[in-house]
Amino acid sequence: MSQGPILELRGINKSFGPVQVLHDVAFSAYPGEVTALVGDNGAGKSTLVKCIGGIHPIDSGEYFFEGERVHVSGPRDAAALGVEIVYQDLALCDNLDIVQNMFLGRERRNGLVLDEDTMEEMAAKTLAGLSVRTVKSLRQQVSSLSGGQRQTVAIAKAVLWNSKVVILDEPTAALGVAQTAQVLELVRRLADKGLAVVLISHNMNDVFAVSDRIAALYLGRMAAQVKASEVTHAQVVELITSGRSGELGLKNGNGAAS
Amino acid sequence: MTTETLPKQENADSALGVHVKGYIERVKGGELGALPAVLGLVILCVVFSILRPAFLSAVNFANLFTQGAAVAVIAMGLIFVLLLGEIDLSAGFASGVCAAVLAVLLTLQGWPWYLAVLAAMATGAVIGLVLGSLVAKLGIPSFVVTLAAFLAFQGVVLLLVKDGTNISIRDETILAIANKNVPPAIGWAALVVGVAAYAAIQVLQARRRTARGLVSTPMAVIAARVATLAVVAGFAVYVLNLERSRNAAIVSLKGVPIVVPLIVILLIVWTFVLRRTAYGRHIYAVGGNAEAARRAGINVDRIRISAFVICSFMASIGGIIAASRANSVDPNTGGSNVLLFAVGAAVIGGTSLFGGKGRALDALLGGAVVAVIENGMGLMGYSAGVKFVVTGSVLLLAAGVDALSRKRAAATGRR
Ligand SMILES: Nc1ncnc2c1ncn2[C@@H]1O[C@H](COP(=O)(O)OP(=O)(O)O)[C@@H](O)[C@H]1O
Ligand SMILES: [Mg+2]
Repeated sequence: MSQGPILELRGINKSFGPVQVLHDVAFSAYPGEVTALVGDNGAGKSTLVKCIGGIHPIDSGEYFFEGERVHVSGPRDAAALGVEIVYQDLALCDNLDIVQNMFLGRERRNGLVLDEDTMEEMAAKTLAGLSVRTVKSLRQQVSSLSGGQRQTVAIAKAVLWNSKVVILDEPTAALGVAQTAQVLELVRRLADKGLAVVLISHNMNDVFAVSDRIAALYLGRMAAQVKASEVTHAQVVELITSGRSGELGLKNGNGAAS
Repeated sequence: MTTETLPKQENADSALGVHVKGYIERVKGGELGALPAVLGLVILCVVFSILRPAFLSAVNFANLFTQGAAVAVIAMGLIFVLLLGEIDLSAGFASGVCAAVLAVLLTLQGWPWYLAVLAAMATGAVIGLVLGSLVAKLGIPSFVVTLAAFLAFQGVVLLLVKDGTNISIRDETILAIANKNVPPAIGWAALVVGVAAYAAIQVLQARRRTARGLVSTPMAVIAARVATLAVVAGFAVYVLNLERSRNAAIVSLKGVPIVVPLIVILLIVWTFVLRRTAYGRHIYAVGGNAEAARRAGINVDRIRISAFVICSFMASIGGIIAASRANSVDPNTGGSNVLLFAVGAAVIGGTSLFGGKGRALDALLGGAVVAVIENGMGLMGYSAGVKFVVTGSVLLLAAGVDALSRKRAAATGRR
């Protein structure tokens, strides 16, 4: 696609105390495309995502949305832009039901009173729009759902808000084969609807199955961001494990991205 | 995995079946709800009325309400803190401090009752603000903060009630709360209005949902709920409206104690807040998964602080009720077993100590169990020592049921 990125980060640095987790990271996501964010355990993928979502403040760097410089200092700022994140640990409340979770923090109200009916209708519509038919009742507690169902709820929660960018942190890590296929199908459908989707995954098959672009993080640095059609499995694995692959990647494992 | 998105309501029979089956499944899955408290209450009442027929007398029935009122009110506030998975060990003595403030202003300073009551309630709110801020902002475990406050407040009560051993309350209005009754006719009228309003709300809600194509509570279930409320509340009003005076010719004693409608109003308000407002939803969310709540943009610190404010505020009302009932405030007001009974009431009622689960109604159900145990054992002539041991054991039992049902929920994939 020839469109520019809807979300673009430049020169992001992030430290936790003395430990610098992200070094000068650049990252872009494009509407209608799935961008895979790959990297070894501890490379900083989740941290990058949390910076995008306003969970962690960034130390320095620039955050552009739809071409404009923005400042995201909390989850509500990100949500206001239309950036939604499905966290690795899902961030669902077990003691609340599906509708309650989908609207958490953004409840519909009639004056002071929660508008449960409208929320339930919107939740049902969203799930139907995603062709999700695997939950018995929208009023069942999330604690009673399977892993795949929880993932589905978390994704539905993210797209409920006419969001423009949806970021999924390892959505298939804890799932079986059938449920993984379902979730990947859902991921592809989101992009086909015109959303910019960022998919974090360890699984090369998953990555190549659905993504248009691949961004590889290596030890907190962006090794490369390339089109999926222009690289092989082996090259991506090399980028993940050593930060470079032939012409691609970091110049000396420590320097700036090519 | 089933392949229905939303089971549309086919006919009333199957909807009822689904409803009942859902309930049984939840109970089997470890969500016992009000079941243990209700069963316990029934068994205790049967046992005590067989062993001590006086337990069933109208006088004693009225006693149960005035005896249990303060603890139930404190428990209702505690539920907010428990919902977050926190604890407030100082709620008992916080009620004592507020009662002492009330007594000092009323009796020693000669303030009008309404100002003294406002001051007592404001004291409660400020106490909660301080405790909550220490927990939420400084991150001191609530157990430690409130344990320290427990000791300190005990001292504050002693300091406030310095002259002599107690301050007596002479204000008619304050004394009326726990000692005067609602005229029987008004009691009946309030009952009818209350039950009708409950029925109307339930039916309207079900109709509205059906009209929008959403699954609604079957009419049979609504009818059962309304009937239960009408029978239980009707029985209570009937008994409380019986003549309780030994010498009715001289002084008549009948009607619902004024403290009962007060508690009912508190119950309705807090139930509304917890179930129907975004704030209530956020309390559950923070108790269920604080990190998820934070990521949803909820101000977790503010929720924490507000829960402690509500808890101490309710403790102040409990303190006012206790002062009214005792006609005085002494250094032990809100002390000894008050806190244990309040925590016990909440947990016995079905509120989880692990957070995220509980209702305002739990305070009344559990409070009733605690009041019946205390009252019944008193009638049997057991000493305070035995009563403490038994109540402590019941609290432990309730906490055990809570922990076990949580384990069971984990085993059946409900958590
Ligand atoms: N809140 C935190 N405080 C301190 N260190 C953190 C925190 N979150 C992540 N880290 C560290 O940052 C590094 C990157 O973690 P993470 O972003 O979770 O990696 P990934 O998701 O790529 O596996 C790890 O070394 C991790 O220990
Ligand atoms: Mg991660």
